[in-house]
Amino acid sequence: MIEVKNISKTFGDNQVLKNVSTIFEKGQTNLIIGQSGSGKTVLMKSCIGLIDPDEGEIIFDQRPFSRLAEKQKKDIRKDMGVLFQGGALFDSFNVEQNVMFPLNMFTTMSLEEKLDRVNFVLKRVNLENVNKLYPSEISGGMMKRVAIARAISNNPQYLFCDEPNSGLDPKTAEVIDALISEITEEYNMTTVINTHDMNSVLQIGQRINFLYKGQLWWQGDMHTILEEENPELQEFVFSTELTRRIKK
Amino acid sequence: MLKMLGEYLILLVEIFKRPDKGPVFRSRLLTEFVGLGTDSIGIVVIISIFTGAIVAIQTAYNIDSPLIPLTMVGFTTRQMMILEFSPTIISLILAGKVGSRIASEIGTMRVTEQIDALRVMGVNPANYLILPKITASMLFNPVLIIFSMVIGIWGGWMACIVTGVVTSTDFIMGLRGWFEPFTVTYAIIKTVVFAFIISSVSGYLGYSIKGGSVEVGAASTKAVVYSSILIIFFDLILTQLLLI
Ligand SMILES: Nc1ncnc2c1ncn2[C@@H]1O[C@H](COP(=O)(O)OP(=O)(O)OP(=O)(O)O)[C@@H](O)[C@H]1O
Ligand SMILES: [Mg+2]
Repeated sequence: MIEVKNISKTFGDNQVLKNVSTIFEKGQTNLIIGQSGSGKTVLMKSCIGLIDPDEGEIIFDQRPFSRLAEKQKKDIRKDMGVLFQGGALFDSFNVEQNVMFPLNMFTTMSLEEKLDRVNFVLKRVNLENVNKLYPSEISGGMMKRVAIARAISNNPQYLFCDEPNSGLDPKTAEVIDALISEITEEYNMTTVINTHDMNSVLQIGQRINFLYKGQLWWQGDMHTILEEENPELQEFVFSTELTRRIKK
Repeated sequence: MLKMLGEYLILLVEIFKRPDKGPVFRSRLLTEFVGLGTDSIGIVVIISIFTGAIVAIQTAYNIDSPLIPLTMVGFTTRQMMILEFSPTIISLILAGKVGSRIASEIGTMRVTEQIDALRVMGVNPANYLILPKITASMLFNPVLIIFSMVIGIWGGWMACIVTGVVTSTDFIMGLRGWFEPFTVTYAIIKTVVFAFIISSVSGYLGYSIKGGSVEVGAASTKAVVYSSILIIFFDLILTQLLLI
């Protein structure tokens, strides 16, 4: 469980997060949704310690992450897997080296054990025989899967995904979403997902946090979201032609 | 400007923290030797041969008084290559080649969140990315420069033989005269300082990018301009300090 307590963040004179508090539950897919620019990435980066919030704290299962020194943060980082918006695979490493990276950094496993683990997670994301390919040689959907494999290679307790299916076709997007939600259940992880894709929201939105202009505007799940009368939320949910037609 | 200097110094502190994992650092260093060092040998050879040849021919052309012996050509070529052309010109060329490469490589990693990814995987990215580059440049550039001196002098000698303005014997006699070993030390000190400037300034400019891929191009241009200006500036300072 991750507790977000009263997080605020301002860049220059642009207040991006306004006193956001929420809880991300273990074993569930916790979504952060909202329009582009609403502060989803900033909130996620505050959780993983890439951005220092001006106020508030982040607590990982009683461990006060945001108050720790860089060295002690490493202990909690060992339990985190992060999938960045663009994948952020290392260009100069091949697939195998990318997935092995967290193992090199956090464990003292032998090369053989590491290779076993790499092949296991690659298989888990349905990728085989791509070990020696470089990121520039694989498709966008494969990159996302390699990035997921890298994020889960060290068996994290916390998984963060920043728009895991942006830039993918609807079918592949669905496969990626399903994969993340399966893994979450299988390993009982606390998973946090940023998205602005309504398909994902309805498919995997076990707990939903709706950000509106930097404020936590609404909380609920994939069932309640369609019934909610909140105008800002409705505007977001029914923002596409498809959803508007379904509503009628 | 002052803010940049401050950021640069803070980054240097991050860079020079002890690497978390020794073996990782060593393998990164090896990669950088290839990327920043051996890949530059070709251009160093070409530039050195031609500068050596040009210096020799120009000196010969300028000596028209019978009081100055033609052995001066060999002597001048050697002095020019060792004191200035090899350390400074080659470092300027490397600022263009290596500096832009470092800035764009690190800058791309910044805009594609690879640097963020390193940090969440428990790595100090400044140290992991930039320290091997600084170390590789400071160790390998002196090798390149000594290589350049030798090749440059050889180029001058060849030019004399081919054009026939100076005889081979005269050239070699001049080459052997009044040699001061300290000139080579001076050249190596300069080279090491320039190598540090190129790799750390370019590393900083790539690392501190904010924004998108347009910024990467701008940063790599800036890397070349700033390192070149700093090289010339420190050339003057070091010459004052070491030779006078
Ligand atoms: N490092 C930064 N410096 C200054 N402003 C920033 C920085 N990072 C984000 N912002 C600003 O914060 C606001 C929210 O950005 P954020 O990236 O969190 O949006 P988002 O909800 O993730 O959008 P998207 O769906 O497009 O990814 C934007 O107005 C952005 O300009
Ligand atoms: Mg975002």
